[in-house]
Amino acid sequence: MIIKGKVWKFKDNIDTDVIIPARYLNTSDPKELGLHCMEDYDSEFVKKINQGDIIVAGRNFGCGSSREHAPIALKAAGVSCIIAQSFARIFFRNAINIGLPIFESVEVVDQCSPGNILEVDTVQGVIKNLSKDKVYKTNLLPEFILKVISVGGLREYVKEELKRREKNV
Amino acid sequence: MGKTIVEKILSAHTDTDNLRVGDIIKARVDFAFANDITAPIAIKYFKESGARQVFDKKRVGLIPDHFAPNKDIKSAEQCKLLKEFAQEYEIENYFEIGKMGVEHALLPEKGLVLPGDVVVGADSHTDTSGALGAFAIGVGSTDFAAVMALGEVWLKVPSTIKFIYSGKLKKWVSGKDLILYTISKIGVDGANYKVMEFSGEVIKGLSMDSRFTICNMAIEAGAKTGIIEPDEITLEYIKGRAKRSFQIYNSDPDAHYEKIIEINVSKIEPQVAFPHLPENTKPISEAKGIKIDQSIIGSCTNGRIEDLRIAAEILKGQQVHSEVRLIIIPATQDIYLQAIREGLIEIFITAGGAVSTPTCGPCLGGYMGILAKGERAISTTNRNFVGRMGHPESEVYLASPAIAAASAILGRIASPEEVK
Repeated sequence: MIIKGKVWKFKDNIDTDVIIPARYLNTSDPKELGLHCMEDYDSEFVKKINQGDIIVAGRNFGCGSSREHAPIALKAAGVSCIIAQSFARIFFRNAINIGLPIFESVEVVDQCSPGNILEVDTVQGVIKNLSKDKVYKTNLLPEFILKVISVGGLREYVKEELKRREKNV
Repeated sequence: MGKTIVEKILSAHTDTDNLRVGDIIKARVDFAFANDITAPIAIKYFKESGARQVFDKKRVGLIPDHFAPNKDIKSAEQCKLLKEFAQEYEIENYFEIGKMGVEHALLPEKGLVLPGDVVVGADSHTDTSGALGAFAIGVGSTDFAAVMALGEVWLKVPSTIKFIYSGKLKKWVSGKDLILYTISKIGVDGANYKVMEFSGEVIKGLSMDSRFTICNMAIEAGAKTGIIEPDEITLEYIKGRAKRSFQIYNSDPDAHYEKIIEINVSKIEPQVAFPHLPENTKPISEAKGIKIDQSIIGSCTNGRIEDLRIAAEILKGQQVHSEVRLIIIPATQDIYLQAIREGLIEIFITAGGAVSTPTCGPCLGGYMGILAKGERAISTTNRNFVGRMGHPESEVYLASPAIAAASAILGRIASPEEVK
């Protein structure tokens, strides 16, 4: 998949309480969650972001709670991909499991400015900064994770695995 | 070469031979659980998956504790989903209000998570059960749905950082202070993707309650989990609780660690984490004098009987400051009852504190103690992010029950030494 979008840049340690405050966790409706995404960080964020935009952030993005509502809210708000220097581990899992592409790269983050246009090849792990005419190669994801992504996320993987087990009984 | 306790637990739960750090494995799960925030999404995905039943009716837990007792209609609908799902799929460990407790305090107490287990919880503070010598990790809703369907979880074998604590603890220094101090030394991503193994003579001398507090906050350093090798104190705690057999694992003396960090505790004072990260920690001597509006004693971090006893010791015969709301929340019904029997609840109420039925409530800004704009709280909970307990312009300072109790009396962040 090729993703192209405008960069919104964030600092280190963006936590899940900021991504989606707990006061909105009494619902799991993606649309409603999307409306409040990043609200305590920038109350205008949801109005400013366009469908397909990309978040670029510092270290430890998504730290804190295990709420899957965080990547769901980002995706529903229009975010197509997140590139950070590093991710908190539960957020990393959750993003992969719901099919939100994420990449770790110190270089891309350091060298990109807000408003830059990035093009991301999610399969090859190649990120182009079109505004600065630069190309970066990120580490490929482990085989099992690629398999999960290739069948369409963990939910689809579970369906296939259940069918396989049923046949073997 | 020897193995760490985590490597041994994972080896016993997978078919992969010669397990190595960095391998992606599928591990069999001994117990999986979720709460009223994370379960609803998982229930939806589980039903869509085509699974006819959960992998084991005795090994799944559903605990409405975050916004329960139901704080509003939407929360009530979410909790109802848990109840109906538990009935439909005959899940034995559904805990209705009246039996419910904060999940990470409740599950060990009921003997549902045990040493040597692989525990998967749809809540970040699942690491709490690492204090029993279990490998307990927090995940999201989709992962929990997958575990309910398949009984296994995919994970990367993590490396381990070993922390060795030596020396003698000063008066009023608790497990909470040790973990806040440790997080301040390595930072909020200091153990990202890794295991924190807590060891040494100081840990061996701590009660289970203090050990739970320490493992609970490993996630605040980014860790995959925290773990403590089981010993006599662990076995004493398990006695009479365990609902099934379990296995004790220990790290080999020649196990490989990514890093070994030695901490001498003798000079550590009670700690206070300033807004807005748990790593912004200062000793109490540098934190005194900050005016507070609220003091919270409770949560999966510090809502156990030992915590309540310490708070009562300080609050006995005292009065909560006229401008402070003191809210005390025992983490489970058993703890609540024990506190009543010991006369602790009477001490709290006589001092002007409010006592609540178990709930996560204020810790994550749910209800039962939300902060207004500009208000400040001292809290025994685990996070002090922007807006965590209410208004985005409110502040949370994290500390031990001793500090929270003393601060409630004096109306400012204070040490128990200052209470006359």
